[in-house]
Amino acid sequence: MSAKKIYERPIVTKNQAGFMNKFGSSSLVKPKVEIDGVLVKDLVQKWGSPLFVISEKQIRSNQRNALRIFKSRYPKVQFAWSYKTNYLKAVCAVFHSEGSWAEVVSEFEYQKARRLGISGENIIFNGPDKSENALLTAIKENAKIHIDHYDELYKLLEITEANNLKANVAIRVNMDVGVYPKWDRFGFNYENGEAWQALKRIVISKNLNLIGLHTHIGTYMMSADAYKIATNKLVDLAKGLKNNFNINLEYIDLGGGFASHNTLLGQYLPAEEVVPSMDQFADAISSGLIELSGSLDELPTLVLETGRALIDDAGYLISKVIANKRLSTGKRAVIIDAGVNILFTSFWYKHKIHPANETGVHTEDTAIYGPLCMNIDCIRDSIIFPNVKKDDLLVIDYVGAYNVTQWMQFITMRPNVVMIMQDGTVELIRKSEDIDYIEQLEILPSSLKNR
Amino acid sequence: MKTFIVPENIAISDSGFIFLPSTGETFTLNELGKQIFKLLQAKKTIEEISSEILKEYDIDTLTLERDIEDFILRLKSLNLVTQV
Amino acid sequence: MKIAITGLNATDNPGPGVPVIRSLRHSKEFDGEIIGFIYDVLEPGIYMENLTRKNYLIPYPSSGLENLYERLAYIQQQEKIDVIIPTLDSELFGFVKLEDKLKELGIKMFLPSFEQLNIRAKDKLFDFCTDNNIYVPKNILVSSVLDLHKIPEEFDYPVVVKGIFYDAYIVNNLEEAKTAFLKISSKWGLPIIVQEFLKGDEFNVVALGDGTGMTVGAVAMRKLYITDKGKGWAGITIFDNNLIEISKKVIESIKWRSGMELEFIKSSETGQYYLLEINPRFPAWVYLAPNAGQNLPYALLQLALGKKVEQFDKYNVGTIFVRSSWDLFTDISVLEKITTKGEI
Repeated sequence: MSAKKIYERPIVTKNQAGFMNKFGSSSLVKPKVEIDGVLVKDLVQKWGSPLFVISEKQIRSNQRNALRIFKSRYPKVQFAWSYKTNYLKAVCAVFHSEGSWAEVVSEFEYQKARRLGISGENIIFNGPDKSENALLTAIKENAKIHIDHYDELYKLLEITEANNLKANVAIRVNMDVGVYPKWDRFGFNYENGEAWQALKRIVISKNLNLIGLHTHIGTYMMSADAYKIATNKLVDLAKGLKNNFNINLEYIDLGGGFASHNTLLGQYLPAEEVVPSMDQFADAISSGLIELSGSLDELPTLVLETGRALIDDAGYLISKVIANKRLSTGKRAVIIDAGVNILFTSFWYKHKIHPANETGVHTEDTAIYGPLCMNIDCIRDSIIFPNVKKDDLLVIDYVGAYNVTQWMQFITMRPNVVMIMQDGTVELIRKSEDIDYIEQLEILPSSLKNR
Repeated sequence: MKTFIVPENIAISDSGFIFLPSTGETFTLNELGKQIFKLLQAKKTIEEISSEILKEYDIDTLTLERDIEDFILRLKSLNLVTQV
Repeated sequence: MKIAITGLNATDNPGPGVPVIRSLRHSKEFDGEIIGFIYDVLEPGIYMENLTRKNYLIPYPSSGLENLYERLAYIQQQEKIDVIIPTLDSELFGFVKLEDKLKELGIKMFLPSFEQLNIRAKDKLFDFCTDNNIYVPKNILVSSVLDLHKIPEEFDYPVVVKGIFYDAYIVNNLEEAKTAFLKISSKWGLPIIVQEFLKGDEFNVVALGDGTGMTVGAVAMRKLYITDKGKGWAGITIFDNNLIEISKKVIESIKWRSGMELEFIKSSETGQYYLLEINPRFPAWVYLAPNAGQNLPYALLQLALGKKVEQFDKYNVGTIFVRSSWDLFTDISVLEKITTKGEI
């Protein structure tokens, strides 16, 4: 018997001006059959769908690349892994093994870092909410405490005095770097002199040891120039400290916020075209640091808390097609088993989505919905997508940042997370939840039992 | 048994391009879409069309039934077929 | 020699592709073959006789670099193109990022750098001008409708509401500003620029920078007739040394490497030229330049090929262009071919 032809669903498309951008027989959507050499279908067979997949190789290569780029421009560079971006133990451990410190913004994250064996002096403790208890521990463990506001500054003076301790501190500075929106809710303002006032207050205290300056100008920054302005302003403060009080800072922390290659909703051009490269961010920052003078010993270390740009492209979400639908407008809709509760970033990104197998060349404007019985559960409201069948697998790209920290148990439970190790083996790094896990914290009042 | 009628003066080219003279609209069909459309023009029933495609393509009956259903729904909404 | 050119959308909001091709052909030395790169099957350039030898659909800038590269690599196998001249704003980032990879395929271009593109981005222009002592209207960036309420704090109505890439509306009150914001943001994304509205005459300059800071040529034009979309439908070359000097200063300080259009308004209050916009490519009226004595597109082609070009030192004042609409006719089979094959 002769082999039968490969089947592609029958399709009819109405040609409309402005929407006739097809090239004969080539499809724009490329399948993603494997991740780091492991077949997508094998991953799902073993670990189920949906499934988060993290690539150890990609994390290491991102981190090494970033370090190389900055080190080739400035001699002393230290990265601190931004826990809130992705604080799965395995992910943090990979960053720490590449030499990164921990950057935490809560007591919970601080504890996570300590449990991973990170010593206090390698932890940067940021954020507006640090409890007295958390501060006391951090002081005792020599953590680098970045003061966010005056109340915290005075709290530190009080605690150190009462316990006769010395704290290593930096202040977070907010400033106008010419981008919108201005992040002025964290730290002390540069332009109105508040930052300088706070620094002076720290300098005259005998219990606070001023070791650094910190700023974090925004998130998903599309302008490298803004970092140059930020660096200039911190350098200006550093020079003021040197000239007035003969203080040599240990470090200047430029925070994070470099944009990744995820395209924002409402952004016309793809991110890969408009987002500055890591080299451009590095050029901007190092050109600001040139202003600093002194011997190598005296130069402060450049600290970077890069999160998103180091992890986003190391994370994938595999999802299975539940159903195909035709909406009342005639538009195609595909329902998949991953919803916005686990893919939080779909609220602001146009995630790239690939089928995991070869598809036909025909594409159609498609809405991709999650499985939740909620209208907001939309992964992409419009994507030019090939035809897929029920049970086909899809791979959603660039999901490494913020999803496995901001996800929630809602209607469905959170799925397995695996890491593809450098040697190609696959390790489970977070188990999928079950009903016992979810209910173990719940208490049913006895009067409501056995009704 | 469902029968569908394709408006008379429609021609479909080898490349799967349809020009609807009465409205000036144009459409593009993929390979199988073109084949089914031609069979509809030849006044074949859905059953006849299905069995022909099943012979030729690597596909199961149920999936095909569903896809043809969806395809004809689309053709109807685009006024490329009417049902009798 | 084969040269591929984009922007054949010679519509009522025209792309510069067709006039760039006409400019190249205007040169007696030119003997290359022209390939059209198109985004839509109804771009008028496809239907003009003897304009291009062949046309290829290429993917929209919004569909990603990988797709664009693959399509160009496919086309390169068929055509062996020597030079691509992209002419549209929104595609420039993509071509700039692909410059090295396309060079490996033997394709040359003459483009600004990524950093230069960013300087002229409408949201950065203000800082650039103030740093370089060039007058510029005041503007703010807004990212949400709520931000529009701040307009009265910054300036008086009317104000101009502009997109990052395209589109601008003059609005007289908050309601109009909201409408314009929604219209522009839904199409071209955020942020939106709100700019001081200046009264005065509009002047435009087309120029070419060689990348070292030198201005190869610059021709100034005043629009004689403006369509309701704000496009010049007729214009005349003028000369004011002040205007040309400001343009040269811009090119010198950015070390601009490509064609450029500078849009100015001469304030009726102060008499100063205010720089409204820098467009990182030739304008749709660029064919006026060769007709006035400066064939800037042909000079750009020479630069792309790595040849030396002479600086233009003068041009004719009083050369007029009048745009016209001209209906073209063809058979459905042409549309069929381009729709189903993606090339014609």
